[in-house]
Amino acid sequence: MSLPHLTAGFLPLLDSALLVLAHELGIAEEEGFTLGLTRESSWANIRDRTALGHFDIALVLAPMPIAANLGLTPIATPMIAPVMTGLGNNAITVSADLWARMADAGAPGDLAAGPAGQALAQVVRSTTRKLRFGVVHQTSSHNYELRYWLAASGIDPDHDVEIVVLPPPLLPEALGAGGLDGYCVGEPWNSVGVASFGARVATTKSSIWQWSPDKAVGMRSDWAEQNPDLVAATIRAVYRAGQWCQDSANHLRAAEIMAAPAYLDRPVEIVSRALTGQIDGGAQQLSIPDFYVPHAGAANFPWKSHGLWYYSQMVRWGEVGFSAANAAIAAATFRPDLYRAALAPLGVAVPAQDLRVDGDRADKHAVPAIGGTIELGPNRFFDGQIFDPDAVEAYIQSQATA
Amino acid sequence: MPSPDLSILIIDENRIRASIIEEGLREAGYARVAVIHDVNEVGRTIAQTMPDVIFIDLENPKRDTLEHFFSLSRAIQRPIAMFVDRSDGTMIEKAVEAGVSAYVVDGLKKERVKPILDMAISRFNAFSRLSRELEEARSALEERKIVDQAKGILMKTKGLSEPEAYALLRKTAMNQNRRLIDIAQSLITAANLLGP
Repeated sequence: MSLPHLTAGFLPLLDSALLVLAHELGIAEEEGFTLGLTRESSWANIRDRTALGHFDIALVLAPMPIAANLGLTPIATPMIAPVMTGLGNNAITVSADLWARMADAGAPGDLAAGPAGQALAQVVRSTTRKLRFGVVHQTSSHNYELRYWLAASGIDPDHDVEIVVLPPPLLPEALGAGGLDGYCVGEPWNSVGVASFGARVATTKSSIWQWSPDKAVGMRSDWAEQNPDLVAATIRAVYRAGQWCQDSANHLRAAEIMAAPAYLDRPVEIVSRALTGQIDGGAQQLSIPDFYVPHAGAANFPWKSHGLWYYSQMVRWGEVGFSAANAAIAAATFRPDLYRAALAPLGVAVPAQDLRVDGDRADKHAVPAIGGTIELGPNRFFDGQIFDPDAVEAYIQSQATA
Repeated sequence: MPSPDLSILIIDENRIRASIIEEGLREAGYARVAVIHDVNEVGRTIAQTMPDVIFIDLENPKRDTLEHFFSLSRAIQRPIAMFVDRSDGTMIEKAVEAGVSAYVVDGLKKERVKPILDMAISRFNAFSRLSRELEEARSALEERKIVDQAKGILMKTKGLSEPEAYALLRKTAMNQNRRLIDIAQSLITAANLLGP
């Protein structure tokens, strides 16, 4: 009997690895389905083709399904995100010229968000030309974390700089051609900028907000309702691919698979940097072990509180209004209930809560889990703010007056 | 009834396809059609032509750039949304399958836009069909050259007539359950390796 076949859309980014590995390592087949991967050229195509049913599942920017459910996207098909594809993986990369000016203003080059942001703020204040930054999409972690970093460093993202949208693979070249002064993107596109266009990594997502979410596997709500077994199998396959990818013994093999023409189409040496955490920032070589966390610290668990954090940033930057109903829609997009049910047969520990506070822990710490306890990573924001999912409105207000 | 007063903008990196669509729209009576090949020019073009309908091919990686541009209210005077009507799933599906996406200014009546969408979709489909046929013709020609070359080798080395050489290739392909072109290609490779 042939297995059911799922078509998955993805963009060439390192954190598509969990879908790619589920396919390449035969994990999908073990979970009872086959996976066909289609590389797309824009997030808009991912969104439309998932909404229309060309893709059963897709690698999505975590805020995308929330935007769909809030009616912010053209085809507002209800979507869910029942599993995440890891934490981190992004960085903010700047041109050699901007870096030189940031270094003059005191940026130490250690990729820490605070000092780099202070230096950038000095450059912004002393330049008449507006600096231009690229992000991959409006409703993306990249847009929100770049804006978070700028705002917390005293730079108004809407007035002091210009933010434009370009797909990930085009960002390094646009910077090299002088069209951008910097960009926020997932790997390997920071390393490509450093290796091929003389760019410098200014800071990393892991420094702006430690162990923070970025992408999910998204799917239509009605498809998920009609195919509960396939949803569960997908969650298990992504979880197990993450487990494999987290093991440092597998990093080289994972880099070799991802480097292939069908996926990232870039040298293994470039692809392996984020997997191993050995980051060449251009100015310095640094070891950042939690640059990309594919699995550890409940990295695949879809916290409803993270849905709420994305929503708080959508409100903060004027994309949608605040209301209790909207907040409920955002939280309901992430589906920890489906995640727990899918993993029950594996007998692994999964977080017992749907919500958590972020920004309050600088260390790894254990939380209650179904099946024991589970260790979460540090979760600090670089400016020391705390996000309490039970006080979203107050959080939004504190950021509005800041 | 066409609405010839509507302004239409086509964004397509494929110049041939863009001109085929442009021509179709002009033939249908739409006089105000502009074409650009790079999304980077869109700001200037929108200011100049004030388009009511904008088409972009789905292969274009800068579709996200375009949508972000539309979302910035200061960039344009009139809001632009994707397609005519969110509820019109069939139309959206037909367009995406043809490889094109359409953005329409707010408040434009569906009846006025539909013939334009239909035209663009049918031209996109016609272009794909033509490209496919051209590709098939090209590879058929390539295959014929390879088979001719293989026949030539057999005629020379085994002293066969052309029909005999062809029959031998065909028989070998059938016996080995392989395609004729693959046998011909193997024969040429072998002849090159063994040849003088």
